[in-house]
Amino acid sequence: MAKTAEEIADAMFALVKDSFGVKKLKPGDLIKAMKELYGDEADKKLCKEAIKLLVNSGRCVYTYFGGSFLEIPHKEGAAND
Amino acid sequence: MADLPKTPLLDELESGPFPSFVSEIKRAAEKNDMSKDLLGQLEQSYREKIGHWKHGGIVGVMGYGGGVIGRYSDLPKEWPNISHFHTMRINHPSGWFYTSKSLREICNIWEKHGSGLTNMHGSTGDIILLGTTTDHLEPVFEELGKIDFDIGGSGSDLRTPSCCCGQARCEWACYDTMALTYDLTMHYQDELHRPAFPYKFKFKMSGCPNDCVASIARSDMSIIGTWRDSIQIDQDAVREYADKGMDIRSDVIGNCPAKCMDFDGKELHIENSYCVRCMHCINVMPKALRPGKDKGATVLLGSKAPIVEGAMLSSVLIPFWKLEPPYSDLKEIVDNIWDVWCEDGKARERVGEFIQRVGLGNFLDAIGLEPVAEMVAHPRENPYVFYEDYFEEGDEEEEEKG
Repeated sequence: MAKTAEEIADAMFALVKDSFGVKKLKPGDLIKAMKELYGDEADKKLCKEAIKLLVNSGRCVYTYFGGSFLEIPHKEGAAND
Repeated sequence: MADLPKTPLLDELESGPFPSFVSEIKRAAEKNDMSKDLLGQLEQSYREKIGHWKHGGIVGVMGYGGGVIGRYSDLPKEWPNISHFHTMRINHPSGWFYTSKSLREICNIWEKHGSGLTNMHGSTGDIILLGTTTDHLEPVFEELGKIDFDIGGSGSDLRTPSCCCGQARCEWACYDTMALTYDLTMHYQDELHRPAFPYKFKFKMSGCPNDCVASIARSDMSIIGTWRDSIQIDQDAVREYADKGMDIRSDVIGNCPAKCMDFDGKELHIENSYCVRCMHCINVMPKALRPGKDKGATVLLGSKAPIVEGAMLSSVLIPFWKLEPPYSDLKEIVDNIWDVWCEDGKARERVGEFIQRVGLGNFLDAIGLEPVAEMVAHPRENPYVFYEDYFEEGDEEEEEKG
């Protein structure tokens, strides 16, 4: 049975959470990981929908450090109080 | 006047004959404390020869991954009003056409929520709004939305597409650059706002080979207007130029890079099959010469500025397309390019660098495009020749036997 965008989003969130502080993941890394995990059940369109869900819900945020990444929200290192 | 910090070094930048950004910041500082502190920190940076900005990576508006560039002062105690000083990139209208009303509205929003300082325009083409705090980002976004402006691209996404003024003002435009820019902007909203590429990707549309937006040097995909029939000649107008003193042999024919023209004193002859569409003759004699009637565009790929590797110019991908709405052929090839690049591109690798790494032959094969001799980096130079269709396995042995 084909995966739903919510299921893909949950799997992506787990990856982002596990790698937090260890490796920054780009959206492309997450899409590739989902393809490896779910094969044809996770096509690119569905993965993009899942990323949109993650960001719109606030579970993940886009960050930029020489490239764009998806991370769980955290205090900005450079930010002044 | 407000009590401005002393800025002897910055003041020197006001002494030349040109408009000065220092004067503009001083004007803004009269009614905005952010601009006042900006002057102070900039003077300090000039004095110490050290930049005092920290680049922040998280700030943005909900749902978007681009368009806001986080910036913080590393001297927040000395200059508290620019402790946060984020930049917002706003998607400019195609060809940079505004009404004065819309410009006033943008400035009013920025004076209310930011430093009041703008950069019209950034090198990608966006309206750049300089300096605001994190808590003002969402209100700015909301108020800009009410006047039909949206945030542009930044980070590893599709950057805001931009173009020359095209057929709106220019008689040489060979296709409607503004229509294509608007169409691509609307079609690729997801790619513009949600970074998913290995690195940035830029479209720039130029209406003719004069390439006023320098798309061949500044965009990953350069779409440059051209024609495939003959240059239109008005021989009476050519003679008029000659009668009025223009040295056609020296100023026009002598500067033709393809040496494809001749003038016998009465008539100008052009060997159009040798013309490389440089536009020089048309620019020199605009009343006498015009681009041909069968107009379209050449699509080129791969240029970039020197960041990770050296600068590159785009080279020809599609020699000629008519480029008419809904631009399905163009979108299909763009989607194919992005699929291949996203799959195999390295982090921070522009598409031009990717092509160099994997080889043009492999790249064309992957995006499903047949190689043709016109795929060149320069006219009449380095055509890529593919021998694999002509040499089958065993051919070499037969040649040796023969």
